[in-house]
Amino acid sequence: MKKIVILGATSGIALEVQRLLARRGCELLLVARSAQRLAELKTDLLARGAEQVFTYPADLGSIQEHAAIVEFARHMLPEFDTVLLSYGSMHNQKDAESSVDILLEELHVNFVSATAILTVFVADLERRRTGCVAAITSVAGDRGRRSNYIYGSAKGALSLFLQGLRSRLHPAGVRVITIKPGPVRTPMTDHLPNARFADPEQVAGDIVRALERRSPDVLYTPRVWRYVMTAVQQIPEGIFKRLSF
Amino acid sequence: MSGQSAAALRKQPAALPPVTGILSWGRYPKVSHHHVHKPAWNDQLPEILKAAAPGSLLPYGLGRSYGDSCLNGGRELVDCCRLNRILGFDESTGMVRCEGGVSLADIIDVFLPKGWFLPVTPGTRFVTVGGAIANDVHGKNHHCAGTFGAHVRQIGLHRSNDGLVLCSPEHNLDMLRATIGGLGLTGVIVWADVQLKRVAGPWMNAELVPFQSLNSFLELSRESNDCFEYSVAWLDCFAGRNLRGIFFRGNHAAERGKDFHPKRGPKLPFPLPAWMLNRYSVRCFNTAYYWIHATKQSASVVACDSFFYPLDSIRQWNLLYGKRGFLQYQCVIPETNLDAFEELLDNIARSGMGSFLGVLKQFGSASPAGMLSFPRPGLTIALDFAMRGERTLQLMESLDEIVLKSGGALYPAKDARMSPALFEASFPRWRSFVPYVDPTMSSSFWRRVTGVRS
Repeated sequence: MKKIVILGATSGIALEVQRLLARRGCELLLVARSAQRLAELKTDLLARGAEQVFTYPADLGSIQEHAAIVEFARHMLPEFDTVLLSYGSMHNQKDAESSVDILLEELHVNFVSATAILTVFVADLERRRTGCVAAITSVAGDRGRRSNYIYGSAKGALSLFLQGLRSRLHPAGVRVITIKPGPVRTPMTDHLPNARFADPEQVAGDIVRALERRSPDVLYTPRVWRYVMTAVQQIPEGIFKRLSF
Repeated sequence: MSGQSAAALRKQPAALPPVTGILSWGRYPKVSHHHVHKPAWNDQLPEILKAAAPGSLLPYGLGRSYGDSCLNGGRELVDCCRLNRILGFDESTGMVRCEGGVSLADIIDVFLPKGWFLPVTPGTRFVTVGGAIANDVHGKNHHCAGTFGAHVRQIGLHRSNDGLVLCSPEHNLDMLRATIGGLGLTGVIVWADVQLKRVAGPWMNAELVPFQSLNSFLELSRESNDCFEYSVAWLDCFAGRNLRGIFFRGNHAAERGKDFHPKRGPKLPFPLPAWMLNRYSVRCFNTAYYWIHATKQSASVVACDSFFYPLDSIRQWNLLYGKRGFLQYQCVIPETNLDAFEELLDNIARSGMGSFLGVLKQFGSASPAGMLSFPRPGLTIALDFAMRGERTLQLMESLDEIVLKSGGALYPAKDARMSPALFEASFPRWRSFVPYVDPTMSSSFWRRVTGVRS
């Protein structure tokens, strides 16, 4: 793991992942919307030890920009060996329940656009028969909950997509890692009471370790969520539908 | 990754419960805040400052100020910890430009392997650059390097009415001097240029010398000023004027010491019961500490972490003092007034309330870098007192009188209770600082010592 493409470089978790990768002397290609933020990020990561940093400002939610992003990656970092998808959007669930626009946007950003960009990127890795694809989904995708099922269903669908992709790429020797963080204290969750959420540094540490080992297939972080979600999935639907969390 | 229409709909609920989790390092006073802004990028600052009501905001870093100078009770904070990017570094000169929320620990991690170290460092590395500037912190090398602010070449200051203001010796020198030691009240420090210093490596030649009187401390301090870059003393506050302590001094080492791997130390998980720290247990600790160090080999090569930041090895050590928290008392007393200093020590010893973290240092004569800088020639002592209610506050008031009488001063970054009169005596020129305060900024400390209500 030396040359890494990060899709959604300004997300709270990605910021910490990038710092750890910079310290390891990796080459990074960062994609995010704001050119100014990318420029700040670039100087920071170079100071922290990154070998090279390329940036490409683009809106990953807009699928027509995807071809240009891949083209840029092929050109600047032709031997990229890892792709990390780290962008996402979490609206207030109540807003999404009452507005079809928001619902569709939530599904589009978290699921449709994510599968689209992964599809174009994995073609390269599959052809080169090497590398690793990792995407951040969520424990919210493991079961549809009253309070967060719209975000959860988009992330759950992405987890399912990755499951199939993993199987498809297995013969080519390309690893696919599904990253399922529990709630993390990032700008995305600042509107929630997030004092007890996990630190992004801790989650990033788990992610970088998984990228280095190219395993496990499904990473729960912090680890306790693997057991919590196993238990949550066992609750019979008849009871679960009455729970309001 | 949301589009415009949806982004407009995604807003925080109108009435948020007050935020209670944010405390200063002393965990006293316990105040709640109306709201805490957490910008992740400095392009978000203009919006926050523009929307703020007069006197409603205060920048907040890692919360290592002991009292209420980093708090803004009932109002809002701008938590700057996510603004922690290094924006540039000149390999040839060692000048680093970093955002205000970059921690000193971060600077050490990134630049010490390249042979650069902080020009001045306080006793913890878990403070932000913005906080170090706003409190114009000092360290063990005050006698030769002055304060942190003396090594800040430029500041990018975001103000509510003027936007980003460049403060340097060439532009807005007065604003630079107001911001250094300005307690965060002049605006948000977006970035700062800090001059790092070349060192041979992460090791220190350290020496420790036991001493048994104030005079022998002063002698040690004077003789060390010329040949040791760093010096500080630990003192046993139960000994009164028959002072005893350990004098620590050191220089950056050229040779290699033992290899070391900085690791995260243990963490105090919850506040200890208050009764565990009492005059007997602390007296035992102090005696043991003194003898262990007094009989130790006097000179050795140690890692800079353990030389500068012994307390950082226990995370959340402030919980030692129990639920009610503690107060730190740091004052400076002119050297011409040693009697007052001895009286102070006597008072503390007689009270039996002092604790194990007594620190003594002779300040150098560097001219202050900021308008409200605390360090000035004299002896400074810092002592922790567990908060035990009224009697703790009474003891500190009796210490205040001695400080006031001797022409000394109290350190705002450590204070949660000084009177407006003592503040006036400590910083007689504070009124000339007032015009530089950003109209949207205020703090619990500032309202208390200036008697301003709005």
